[in-house]
Amino acid sequence: MSEGIGARVKRKEDKRFITGKGKYTDDIRMENQAYAAFVRSPHAHARVLGIDTSAAEAMEGVVAVLNGQQLTGDGIGNIICGWAITSKDGSPMNMGAWSALATEKVRYVGDAVAVVIADSQSQARLAAEAVEVEYEELPVLVSTRDALADGAAQIHDNAPGNLIYDWEIGDAAATDAALAGSAHVTEMEITNNRLSPNPMEPRSAVAIYDEAEEHYTLYTTSQNPHVARLVLSAFYNVAPEHKLRVIAPDVGGGFGSKIYIYPEEITCLWASMKTGRSVKWTSDRSEAFLTDAHGRDHVSTAKMGFDANGRITGFKVDTIANFGAYMSLFSSAVPTYLYATLLSGQYNISNIHCNVRAVYTNTVPVDAYRGAGRPEACYLIERMMETAAREMGKDPAELRRANFITQFPHETPVIMTYDAGDFGGNLDKAMAAADVAGFAARKAEAAARGKLRGLGYSAYIEACGIAPSQAVGSLGAGVGLWESAEVRVNPVGTVEILTGSHSHGQGHETTFAQIVADRFGIPIDNVQVVHGDTDKVQFGMGTYGSRSGAVGMSAIVKAMDKVEAKVKKIAAHTLEASEDDIVIEGGAVKVAGTDKQMLWHEVGLAAYTAHNLPDGMEPGLKEGAFYDPVNFTFPAGVYIAEVEVDPETGVTKIVQFTAADDFGTIINPMIVEGQVHGGIAQGVGQAMLENVSYDADGQLLTGSYMDYCMPRADDLPSYTLEHNTTVCPNNPLGIKGCGEAGAIGSPPAVINAITDAIGTNDLQMPATPQAVWRAIQAAKSPMAAE
Amino acid sequence: MANVKLTVNGRAVSRDVPDTTLLSEFLRETLRLTGTHVGCDTSQCGACVVHVNGKAMKSCTVLAAAISGGEVTTVEGLANGSLHPMQTAFNDNHGLQCGFCTPGMIMTGVDMVNRYKAAGRELTEEAIRHELEGNICRCTGYHNIVKSIQDAAAKM
Repeated sequence: MSEGIGARVKRKEDKRFITGKGKYTDDIRMENQAYAAFVRSPHAHARVLGIDTSAAEAMEGVVAVLNGQQLTGDGIGNIICGWAITSKDGSPMNMGAWSALATEKVRYVGDAVAVVIADSQSQARLAAEAVEVEYEELPVLVSTRDALADGAAQIHDNAPGNLIYDWEIGDAAATDAALAGSAHVTEMEITNNRLSPNPMEPRSAVAIYDEAEEHYTLYTTSQNPHVARLVLSAFYNVAPEHKLRVIAPDVGGGFGSKIYIYPEEITCLWASMKTGRSVKWTSDRSEAFLTDAHGRDHVSTAKMGFDANGRITGFKVDTIANFGAYMSLFSSAVPTYLYATLLSGQYNISNIHCNVRAVYTNTVPVDAYRGAGRPEACYLIERMMETAAREMGKDPAELRRANFITQFPHETPVIMTYDAGDFGGNLDKAMAAADVAGFAARKAEAAARGKLRGLGYSAYIEACGIAPSQAVGSLGAGVGLWESAEVRVNPVGTVEILTGSHSHGQGHETTFAQIVADRFGIPIDNVQVVHGDTDKVQFGMGTYGSRSGAVGMSAIVKAMDKVEAKVKKIAAHTLEASEDDIVIEGGAVKVAGTDKQMLWHEVGLAAYTAHNLPDGMEPGLKEGAFYDPVNFTFPAGVYIAEVEVDPETGVTKIVQFTAADDFGTIINPMIVEGQVHGGIAQGVGQAMLENVSYDADGQLLTGSYMDYCMPRADDLPSYTLEHNTTVCPNNPLGIKGCGEAGAIGSPPAVINAITDAIGTNDLQMPATPQAVWRAIQAAKSPMAAE
Repeated sequence: MANVKLTVNGRAVSRDVPDTTLLSEFLRETLRLTGTHVGCDTSQCGACVVHVNGKAMKSCTVLAAAISGGEVTTVEGLANGSLHPMQTAFNDNHGLQCGFCTPGMIMTGVDMVNRYKAAGRELTEEAIRHELEGNICRCTGYHNIVKSIQDAAAKM
């Protein structure tokens, strides 16, 4: 069986996970291990008047109790946001100071003010409870909608009125004019609910300081260990890069939340130096809800205009994005360049304008969560399209089709250039697989049982393969977003791939080996993928934004190009043939059209013995490459949800979910399907189950799995998946990416299906039974649901 | 302190631990069997499921001392020379991604199949989804976990 590109190869990495031999950060225990426990604010907004550590310091096993004054006194820098967004008046964004341990003020429940280091975890936790902090409570601001109101609590002194930036994209005047001249305008107010990412492995850190070498090692739950080292070194002043090794071993899911460098990891590193002990911290789930960056949390008003033929004339959006108490690492980019730039969706729209105001509130910081900005854009557009179709009496599929972009490349009014796609083909495949033609009969059958059936569409597009470095640099990014790789062919012909991408569930150890097997004709068992260690891999930007295929694998291909060139030179020299006649196939390096060949491992051996190499050639067979993408990639597809609602209770069941995706080239269909399954589950979770909820005092009401509704197996259906592939023209393998699509495309499909079933468009996420029941009652009589 | 005597994966162990030691802590920290994972603090996620005296149990929900004298099987003890059919099925059906919930899923899956077979009941997709109420996965959307358990059930 082929193990190359397109093969449904079983995962190489599975064995250690199914036998309990995975190595996650919390599984690591050093000699002389000490444990950290954080003292966290119980108040959403308060001044810190004093910290009394004397009782805690006297407790058994306590090594040290450290606070923010000591941390900043040692020169540890404030936590930063790495993407500078400029307001429309030209002013820079208002970034408030964020110390890993708060000094003067706390700004959300869970903000850390001190840390206890003790011999055992339980001793550390008990002592943390004995630290007495005197607070002066301040007025609290929680609501996104109220953040800019007169008289709202002021959270950071340098962000008057809690405004971080007021940014726009597109042509406001032209869009207003287009809307004014439209035959029909659909207007909606849409909330995108706040979510907690919830990878099943809680965050963890083990920090080790070697005093003799003045060297730090950090094992941590990171999606991007090199970025962590860069930021810890360049901005937080923990140690220079050559004195800091960051290792992200097996990592149990990320979904964005493990991109960032949090206060806890910084504090553990610093505390390991202060105490001379290896310091370990592992979050429990309650702490994860309190401290892992949340996602989404937008409030938007939107207007979409149509001409008499149902063609979109203009789209105008005004969004308030809640950033929580501090600006997390990539927070600023999410509701701007990852959101507003996707507001053209799959449609020909000449006029688009979007205004975004980012605000502080006394809540957990918000940053990228699976999809990051693109789910918010997709949800807006696709709810608007469905609602507009209903208002205009048009078929929602045909309204979409009539507006689809069909010519590529296509430049949108919001700076994206779509490179390839077949939007109509995606729709056809999805409609056929979902048996849309048979829906009316299924609806009638359900009605006979007293149930309401609905069908909803979503045509999503996303920008992945993040991202061309020069382009993102011009838009404010503090880093380049290329990827690097090294391909080492050993003397026995086995291959090691060192990659800057990081696998935390994506199956890179298999798929990255497949592209090597495809190229060099060797078994994937002869390929080892090395990742997640700054001492082993030269550099890397990590895994997020569905970039590991389109960018990470492209870097491997570039390195393989160089290896292949050298292999051909060695073989041509040995076999006394022309380089141009050398081909690599079936594990051999051959002179085309003859029986002259070297086996793959013979070339490896020749490169390392160096007894007979071409004049001037260096020994060895190892090449590295950096790949910087030339454009984003644009996965797109159509999702169709079919639901059944019990009108008496509002209980809603997804009876069928169909996805037709265009991901470009697929390396391993089994793994790609798994990514889509998981993405859809998270999208369905957002649409029907999940919501981070605070009370008016800023207390988190959804701080455990008792309160925050994670999707369970019986909340979800099995999925029907189709692929409709157009190859991405801008990277060597033609890959678009598949990691986020499910989470982006599914929420509007689900809500459109429910609103179709219940006959009202007035429904926000999550569509819990109570929310659905209330919407049904409100539609019956506007007074009934009050 | 409590003296805890257990047979873990077929081997007798005896350790003195604080009375408050949870079975999950005993396995992970005392015996260093780190295949059993802890993903929450409210006994919801099921990453810590092991078998105690032949039945699935959330090891974060029970004190080690409370089951002293008992037999415990963890994911490390499931394979007997070759992989258990449930382990093979998870590999065959791509029933795992990040692997963190996987030990609990596998131990729950084995218990589920054993119970249904003993009772002579058919383990339908609906039944599997219902039985997985106490195990949370964030990666797979459960689709391939359900397939894995169905596949293993046919082979166990």
